[in-house]
Amino acid sequence: MDTHHCFHCGIDIIKAEQIIFDDKKFCCNGCKTVYEIFSLNDMACYYDFEKSPGATPQEIKGKYDFLENESIVSKLLEFQENTTAIISLHIPHIHCSSCIWILENLQRLQKGISTSQVNFPEKKVRITYNPVAVSLKTIVNLLCAIGYEPNISLENYGTSKANIDRSLIYKLGVAFFCFGNIMLLSFPEYFEVKEYWIDQYRGFFRWLIFALSLPSFVYSASDYYVAAWKSIKARMLNIEIPIALGIVVMFIRSTVDIVFDYGQGFFDSMCGLIFFMLLGKLFQQKTYSFLSFERDYKSYFPIAVTKFLSDGTEMPIQVYDIQKGDRLLIRNQELIPVDGILISEKASVDYSFVTGEAVPIAKKSGDKLFAGGKQLGRVIEMEVLFSVSQSYLTQLWSNAVFQKKVDIKHKTITDTISRYFTPALLGLAVLSFLYWILISVDTAFNVFTAILIVACPCALALTAPFTLGNVLRIMGNRKFYLKNAIVIEQLAKVDTIVFDKTGTITTNKKTAISYEGAALNDFELKLLKNTLRGSNHPLSRRLYEYIPNQAKIEPQHFEEITGKGISADFVEGKVRLGSSQFLQHMSENTHKKTKVHVEIDGIYKGSYVFNNQYREGLEVLFDSLSKRYGLVILSGDNDGERKILEKMLPNATTLVFNQKPEQKLEYIEKLQKQGKNVMMVGDGLNDAGALAQSNIGIAISENVNVFSPACDGIMDASQFQKIDFFMKFSKNAMKTIYMSFGLSLLYNIVGLSFAISGHLLPIVAAIIMPLSTITIVSFVTIMSNIYSRAYKY
Amino acid sequence: MSVIYLLISISIVVAIGFFVAFIRAVKTGQYDDDYTPSVRMLFDDELKINDSKSVKTTEEKQI
Repeated sequence: MDTHHCFHCGIDIIKAEQIIFDDKKFCCNGCKTVYEIFSLNDMACYYDFEKSPGATPQEIKGKYDFLENESIVSKLLEFQENTTAIISLHIPHIHCSSCIWILENLQRLQKGISTSQVNFPEKKVRITYNPVAVSLKTIVNLLCAIGYEPNISLENYGTSKANIDRSLIYKLGVAFFCFGNIMLLSFPEYFEVKEYWIDQYRGFFRWLIFALSLPSFVYSASDYYVAAWKSIKARMLNIEIPIALGIVVMFIRSTVDIVFDYGQGFFDSMCGLIFFMLLGKLFQQKTYSFLSFERDYKSYFPIAVTKFLSDGTEMPIQVYDIQKGDRLLIRNQELIPVDGILISEKASVDYSFVTGEAVPIAKKSGDKLFAGGKQLGRVIEMEVLFSVSQSYLTQLWSNAVFQKKVDIKHKTITDTISRYFTPALLGLAVLSFLYWILISVDTAFNVFTAILIVACPCALALTAPFTLGNVLRIMGNRKFYLKNAIVIEQLAKVDTIVFDKTGTITTNKKTAISYEGAALNDFELKLLKNTLRGSNHPLSRRLYEYIPNQAKIEPQHFEEITGKGISADFVEGKVRLGSSQFLQHMSENTHKKTKVHVEIDGIYKGSYVFNNQYREGLEVLFDSLSKRYGLVILSGDNDGERKILEKMLPNATTLVFNQKPEQKLEYIEKLQKQGKNVMMVGDGLNDAGALAQSNIGIAISENVNVFSPACDGIMDASQFQKIDFFMKFSKNAMKTIYMSFGLSLLYNIVGLSFAISGHLLPIVAAIIMPLSTITIVSFVTIMSNIYSRAYKY
Repeated sequence: MSVIYLLISISIVVAIGFFVAFIRAVKTGQYDDDYTPSVRMLFDDELKINDSKSVKTTEEKQI
């Protein structure tokens, strides 16, 4: 057994806090309790599937009280009847087979639950329960107690289940059915056995093939006709026109062939073509169902908050029902849903969600609180100034600028090529028709149709979907999740990269702490640690974790003044620590950095400085990027870090500070007006506008399941230093596409030479078509895999 | 000779049967989650072992 890691959640155990229960070691009481629940219910084999699969349950006291409200619950439920109710809950922690096992056996932990089913890719559990026997609140509390806290946000509220579009799969199914059967039925004719029975049944086979090709022709290929028609209406020559033309011509000519008994037609090639092209479409459509690229504030807002009624009682209220003048109760870790005024004496609010600034802001009674902040520490009371829809954050979000989905229609590489390809093809067909018509009208029609059939840019249309689909998957495996395949093409075109500072090039998780001033001895550290123990201020907690473990002593007197500091009296000495105002000590550039000053026994010792910690490999990354891209750092913070950044980063990097969300957006717009292709890399809601405005917005996220603003791609924070690799890779993907375009043109030329000379036999078409498809698909797959390996970091 | 007609129509009918089964499977969402069932399949055994274990322990207690 692992001796250093918690049996339940797997984190390192701090020796002093270790709990031993049932011969197993736990890091905290929470983990132990979960283990107890499982072992009491004979469910300890939860730990057999996966090593330390659990999560520490979080404090949720009162958080889900709003689930007592019937009308809120009924909006969340998928289905409701007297004794049956079904709910789907999104649980971010679902990550392994143990999770599936425990969540599908919930009925053993709680009476009233009849079944529960996990959808792993979506990280959802669907619970069927009896509302008479058990309430939703009990179920949610149970989930929280075992470390599987569901994520219930405003987004879930009242939204009916979205219809999943499966039409592509249906079309593909139809196309494959037709293609397979036609191929089988075509075999006798391929070999042209001049036997009696073939002649006898030729008509039967041909008309059967004709009938089988109809569903594929009419239904499966319908998207191409629609797209071709649209592009003709828009007077654009895109790839769909020759495809649709090819299919229609193939069908008409084949029908004519069998009606007049000229031959067997090209039904097999036509159905194969439709099938392969649909397959390419499906392949490109890689979606990450557990990620969402279109999030807005709704995903982060709670469904309900606690409201004080005039008679002093508390009641959960739906956030849309909050009105001006209401008094709300905000608990620890709860999001402030509306703008308001703080009534409680003090509060500290974490606005990292809105501004990207990691250090919480202290607020006093009477201060204005803005929506989007997260309350830390004690329960606070606030009075509402605006309803949800009128609050700053929601206003910001519905602001036209932020809403604007940049509508510069991206011209895909296939479109660009087909702008030349389509007219060339049509020209060639007409020319050879005019040439042959002087010799023989019959042959002229034959040649005309044969050209359109052979040159139908099947391989051309397949190249991009298969290359990009494959690249999308390779990137996904490396934790860089893109919204769709077009993003890769745009990635290759980027020439300027704009980075946000806090949370993007710095880590949010840990802020490096350094000490300045007279060195502290062990005794002083002991006093300090014991002083910090009593404080709940976020900086104190971080500092507490930073200072090595010390013996525990109780202070005689302890006082914490919010927003200022702490003073504690021990038998051994007096400790005061906090802001410079609190200690009456001014040091230089205090306001530029976050500092905690220390005074022991009335003597000023020094200060702990909380530096922003830059991500690993930042310098190397910027160095290599600066050779090919313009780099900009766009920060919402003050310019306290300017000097450090200037030293760390290449000279060409532009540094811009004090940017509000709107200004960030405008900055990007300005760059674009200069003709730049901008990629924005950001993390918080404060970047949301800039992410939407830029040609590509990439969100950096420490935990891809939890947070990301609307964007084109989500990158796991651990991959940050590999941005360079991804950029190169996308360029190589485009190179691959160009190469295989060349290859497919080669096939077209071979096919055309058959066609122009008037010798295109159905069997030749039937061979060339799948052959070209297979070569193209394997070529692009192999090439993109080679490229992904060539740049192994 | 008409056996050809018969055989071909049978083969087409069989193919259509499979096709309908496929469409129905897609429609009911069987392909929406292609991971969980593969894991779930392995659990049923676990549960039974577990059940028998708990039964055994209660029996022992009674003795």
